Amino acid sequence: MIGADIQILMPEVVLAVYAMGALMAAVYTTKDGMAPLLTWATSGLFVLLAVWIGINGQGTNAAFGGMFVDDGFARFAKITILVSAAAVLLMSENYMQQRGLLRFEYPILVALAVVGMMVMVSAGDLMALYMGLELQSLALYVVASLRRDSVKSTEAGLKYFVLGALSSGLLLYGASLTYGFAGTTLFAGIIEATAHEPSLGLLFGLVFLIAGFAFKVSAAPFHMWTPDVYEGSPTPVTAFFATAPKVAAMALFARVVHDAFGGIVGDWQQIVAFLSVVSMFLGAIAAIGQKDIKRLMAYSSIAHMGFALMGLAAGTAFGVQAMLIYMAIYVTMNIGTFAFILGMERDGRPVTNIDSLKMYSKQQPLRALAMLVLLFSLAGVPPMVGFFGKFYVLRAAYDGGLAWLAVAGVIASVIGAFYYLRIVYFMYFGEEGEALDGKMNPVLWAFLMGSAAIMLAGVVNLFGIEPAAAAAAATLVN
Amino acid sequence: MIGLEHYLTVAAALFVIGIFGLFLNRKNVIILLMSIELMLLAVNINLVAFSSYLGDLVGQVFTLFVLTVAAAEAAIGLAILVCFFRNRGTIDVEDVNVMKG
Repeated sequence: MIGADIQILMPEVVLAVYAMGALMAAVYTTKDGMAPLLTWATSGLFVLLAVWIGINGQGTNAAFGGMFVDDGFARFAKITILVSAAAVLLMSENYMQQRGLLRFEYPILVALAVVGMMVMVSAGDLMALYMGLELQSLALYVVASLRRDSVKSTEAGLKYFVLGALSSGLLLYGASLTYGFAGTTLFAGIIEATAHEPSLGLLFGLVFLIAGFAFKVSAAPFHMWTPDVYEGSPTPVTAFFATAPKVAAMALFARVVHDAFGGIVGDWQQIVAFLSVVSMFLGAIAAIGQKDIKRLMAYSSIAHMGFALMGLAAGTAFGVQAMLIYMAIYVTMNIGTFAFILGMERDGRPVTNIDSLKMYSKQQPLRALAMLVLLFSLAGVPPMVGFFGKFYVLRAAYDGGLAWLAVAGVIASVIGAFYYLRIVYFMYFGEEGEALDGKMNPVLWAFLMGSAAIMLAGVVNLFGIEPAAAAAAATLVN
Repeated sequence: MIGLEHYLTVAAALFVIGIFGLFLNRKNVIILLMSIELMLLAVNINLVAFSSYLGDLVGQVFTLFVLTVAAAEAAIGLAILVCFFRNRGTIDVEDVNVMKG
């Protein structure tokens, strides 16, 4: 009995055991000397697990009496999380090595955070949800303050910790009310309890849960931590924050509202639509005045989460599919953009000012062109893949009867295009500025070019993620 | 007779005090950690009260998990706070402002 349950949980178990083994191995040998090896090994293991989950996963399996669910939806989210985390680790290695930041804890903490994320997206119970979420968050607080001799990095960690703990508290309060009024913590039981006229207590629980998730996906008005944490953390860590945890939190959000509260779509739909519209506009407008590219990416991620929430707000299987496609595209774009940001250096020191990109196209025509493609894609300009992500969520909102939300989304994306285009303007038309360093690490270069190429080549069929996302969404919503 | 609603009221009051402690406190980061702890413990009262009311043990199991996680969270929070203090020389909430948010 237990054996069969563990079998379903195998990828998580392997990763958790690996993380503990790696910690032991590093502590008792050369400590930080192991760090480059561990970084490569961890990202290799992530890719292997992604392949394993992709090939091996069949049907819907529940372990531990439904507390842990392994279905198509969870597998789609897990593969996205694992692949993006592997990419970010590969990109970090050289950058952190040069700045003496590559401690052996870094890949191990990332691995633990990824275990937490995998549990989150597979949670079938409020307890599994909470444990996964906390495992992820606790690892991320530490990673945010990885540069422990810098005021900015520790301040980022402190802010992230305080606001993250607040959001966990809100979520937990919601979980306790849901448990009390539904009489069970299992999602399958909660959906039964909401079948006939849900009690007021359950609705309160739902609102608190959603507030907690909104913090984790950094949707406005719960976004305050995002810009500071993005700016203060070391850039590779920012790249990590912008990718895998966002996918995990969004997938968890979708799972709870559909698996546990799927019977009362009308009740949460309006909250999610509100979060979506506020995030899109806040992300678009607040980013305009930013001078630091990492801060700008923070506001950009808030706006993108607004769009992903739009798909969720539709409350249909197509909406979940659109959200999954959006998240996969968003992650790919962000990996490329952060590869570019990691490569921005002057005299070997990292630079994050947008001004420093003045006339970059003259210094590095190819890299400027790749960044141009990525920025157009982030803005949602038609031939790039980013446009299709937006197109899917807008269509989902329209089909779901939220035409006003779709119209608001189009307006917000037009406003948001301004700040992406401003970077393009600096790169191509501004006046001459001080040159940035010409050389770029080949790994970063490969990720930048690969991501830009995907943005162009994906137009053909989106690399087949559309049917995959549809199948994943079908297992969640029925 | 003390019933479920009394426990829920106490828990709700503690939870709100915790949230206010986070937002109104302008002095010391340690007080923030205490407020967070207060919020989590309020949730525990809720869980135990529901557990006893429903005659269902799951709530108490949940409480044990929450307690464990709260301990881990406090440890990590204090560790980050010590690093911050080393760099900044102060733990006043007003001085956590190198980056404007």
